[in-house]
Amino acid sequence: MSILIKGGRIIDPSQDIDKVTNVLIEDGTIKSFPRSATKYEKDRKTQVINARGKIVSPGFVDIHVHLREPGFEHKETIKTGCDSAAAGGFTTIVCMPNTNPVNDNASVTEYILLKARTEGKVNVFPIGAITKGEKGESLAQIGEMYEAGCVGVSDDGMPVMNSKVMRHAMEYVKAFDIPVISHAEDKNLSGSGVMNEGEMSTRLGLEGIPCASEDVMVSRDINVAELTGAHLHICHVSSEASVRLIRAAKKRGVRVTAEVTPHHFTLTDKAVDSYDTNAKMNPPLRGEADMKACIEGLKDGTLDVIATDHAPHSEDEKKVEFNLAPFGIVGLETALPLSLKLVEDKVLTLNQVISKLTDAPSAILKLNRGTLKKGAPADVVIFDPKKKVKIDRETFHSKSKNTPFHGWELKGEINYTIVNGKVVYSA
Amino acid sequence: MNNTKDRVVMDKRAIKRTVSRIVNEILERNKGASDLVIIGVRTRGVYLAERILKLIKKLEGVEPPLGTLDITLYRDDLRRKTEWPKVKKTEIKFSVEDKIVILVDDVIYTGRTTRAALEEIMDFGRPASIQLAVLVDRGHRELPIQPDYAGCTIDTLSKEKVRVHLKENDGNDEVTVLQG
Amino acid sequence: MDFNRRHILGLEELSAEEITLILDTAESMKEVSKRDVKKVPALRGVTVCNLFYEPSTRTRSSFEIAEKRLSADVLNFTLSHSSVSKGETLLDTARNLEAMGASVIVIRHPMSGAPWLLAKELDSSIINAGDGSHEHPSQALLDLFTIREIKGNIEGLKVLVVGDILHSRVARSNIWGLLKLGAEVRVAGPPTLIPSHIENINVKTYYNLEDAVKGVDVVIMLRIQMERQDSEFFPSLREYARFYGLKREKLKLAAKDVVVMHPGPINRGIELSSDIADDAGSVILDQVSNGIAVRMAMFYLVASGGGNS
Repeated sequence: MSILIKGGRIIDPSQDIDKVTNVLIEDGTIKSFPRSATKYEKDRKTQVINARGKIVSPGFVDIHVHLREPGFEHKETIKTGCDSAAAGGFTTIVCMPNTNPVNDNASVTEYILLKARTEGKVNVFPIGAITKGEKGESLAQIGEMYEAGCVGVSDDGMPVMNSKVMRHAMEYVKAFDIPVISHAEDKNLSGSGVMNEGEMSTRLGLEGIPCASEDVMVSRDINVAELTGAHLHICHVSSEASVRLIRAAKKRGVRVTAEVTPHHFTLTDKAVDSYDTNAKMNPPLRGEADMKACIEGLKDGTLDVIATDHAPHSEDEKKVEFNLAPFGIVGLETALPLSLKLVEDKVLTLNQVISKLTDAPSAILKLNRGTLKKGAPADVVIFDPKKKVKIDRETFHSKSKNTPFHGWELKGEINYTIVNGKVVYSA
Repeated sequence: MNNTKDRVVMDKRAIKRTVSRIVNEILERNKGASDLVIIGVRTRGVYLAERILKLIKKLEGVEPPLGTLDITLYRDDLRRKTEWPKVKKTEIKFSVEDKIVILVDDVIYTGRTTRAALEEIMDFGRPASIQLAVLVDRGHRELPIQPDYAGCTIDTLSKEKVRVHLKENDGNDEVTVLQG
Repeated sequence: MDFNRRHILGLEELSAEEITLILDTAESMKEVSKRDVKKVPALRGVTVCNLFYEPSTRTRSSFEIAEKRLSADVLNFTLSHSSVSKGETLLDTARNLEAMGASVIVIRHPMSGAPWLLAKELDSSIINAGDGSHEHPSQALLDLFTIREIKGNIEGLKVLVVGDILHSRVARSNIWGLLKLGAEVRVAGPPTLIPSHIENINVKTYYNLEDAVKGVDVVIMLRIQMERQDSEFFPSLREYARFYGLKREKLKLAAKDVVVMHPGPINRGIELSSDIADDAGSVILDQVSNGIAVRMAMFYLVASGGGNS
């Protein structure tokens, strides 16, 4: 069975392609960009998808997703997480190790990959833990996890506080040339903070997490990366100073890459007003200047990629006192429209946004995805960037509905998501 | 739509005559003013009570204590939320114990205000008796309550409104019936 | 003006007119408390539940007396601090109380924002009796009531709040109320206990009590929580008392007829020197009856006017 995508505007930043043409998919791979569609339209074995007026790009790659399985299947499963990804135009997702048990050894990695192969609609690549049980003490089975299929290591959510342990992790991963992915946060400085420290936290009487608690760790991790020569990837950058630190590090040649979430470039801590637990995440939503710095970082390339930090939690878990609610929001199904706002606001071009969702994230973790090169796995998304959409959490494919964007009117509708030559989602 | 005009049922002189008649009746029935206390129901009952007090003083040379009653906290329609009543102060700075309370209001209609006023006075003590004086009785009682002294009794439709104007509050003395 | 709120959650969201209306209504309520029969039937048939997740005999008793003086049926529900994170969720507990007929829920909770959660999810009227480090509207309203009684007016007064501003819901509610009614507000305390960006809401910050107290008409001294000493906030109570305790010679720098208030109970010799504590003590006793009047006004206003639009 083959698929011909007819007449769309093909944007593939990995090859610098931006033109209206056809895409032929055969045997699960990108076959060619035929000039004429006529021949294939007559062929009964070819499914023709009319993409006139639509964008055809490599499927999106999200390098920061929490799939919750094993252990927290009431929030999300590998299956529902993949469904949610497909509905959001993502064909490849990378899942964090903070499951129960923690993905700190090859058997958990294998379990996740097996589940993903049998139940998941999209490509799943796991991240292994840096330390056993994400406890920050002794190194996890990094080599074995790498062999089993992990593409990076991270103690996401539980930052490695001991700098010496971090140093050894960064040294050790050089043997496999995978990055250490850092959730940069000084847990002592954060204390029991639940939102950004600033005027809003003072008004609301909530304990704040200062930007400095991110900045000091970004700074430490950059220094340790410099010391070790390892590839450091910094998760969900949220503060102005962190953007500055990363910019300077890149300038002097440190191997550092960084991501930003759609919520950190869209919202500020004002969204916490009236104690909306769907505006509670870690790092927290920051002030206006920080949000602008994140946008500026995306623009000048300091922040390489957009990643969602998709963090599903059930409604019951979120309908509690603000202090008791878990951190995190779902992000896979709102990422495209929120990112396209950057195009509308003339921050990035459409091609740049697509790059930050495709070839750039793929390159950080060497996934060989996020491209329409001939012979590459046929991971494709077809979307309409002009189509108005109203975010409705009830229509989410994710098991969880914890979003602060419910009811927002944005633009950008996913029409088709194709993974390895198979349509896995169509609107 | 209204063809008929609002009708004036009492003018300034009529009100003056009526108040004076009420005072005479009070003094006659109670054989003077020695055990009396006078309590006016907010808002216009208070002004009438003051007028009554002044006349008693003139006729008898004694000045019974004067109190004001705000019955808002005793209303039976608070939770029906038909209108929003602002609470004002009740001021009864004397004992009502074993006294004859002359309760003064401008109009008696359903009787519910009087019911609330009676209940509130009882919370201040046990008077010997309570007598009700009103300027206008417009009928349509919903409770078994009757005035002891009524200035004038007028027939009204329940959709009509009775407006009492007193110079202390409204600039002139007049009682009118408004078409509903 | 009308009072169209179903809940009283905090002073930040009330307008100056609404605050003044509550204070005016409280004056009428104060008269009721002076009668022989200190009870009016205004809330007959209304069930009020006092849902307390923190022990607080004073505040709870004051609410309960206010409820009873208005003839409400009272349901007391006191839970231990630890039941917040264990066992039944707040929402489930509150829904149960609603099912028992409560139409007004008074909530005291150790976490900021808890009353907002109930207001969002329940049909009842919610009255905040103190949430975490956030707001304590009834305490601030009674402070405002007392200040207005003594000073006649709040507009133009210079008011200083001293102590642990960071963790104080009394401070936050007072700051909002005072600012809205036109007072100039200063805060003083160790820098570790002054919340970030407080100057953004038009409050002047002082780390030196002598400077802060100069020319002020009212000083509100906050109670220092004993567990804050020997922590990272300040080294010892002795040192706290030395720099931020109010003593006679410091108080001489204030306006001549300065009023010193304290939400009580006072740690004598720490927040206030003993002689000032005696002076402040008389104001505190006034506060008790004012507290009942203010809370009666809050109940009356949410029960009679709330949601009437």
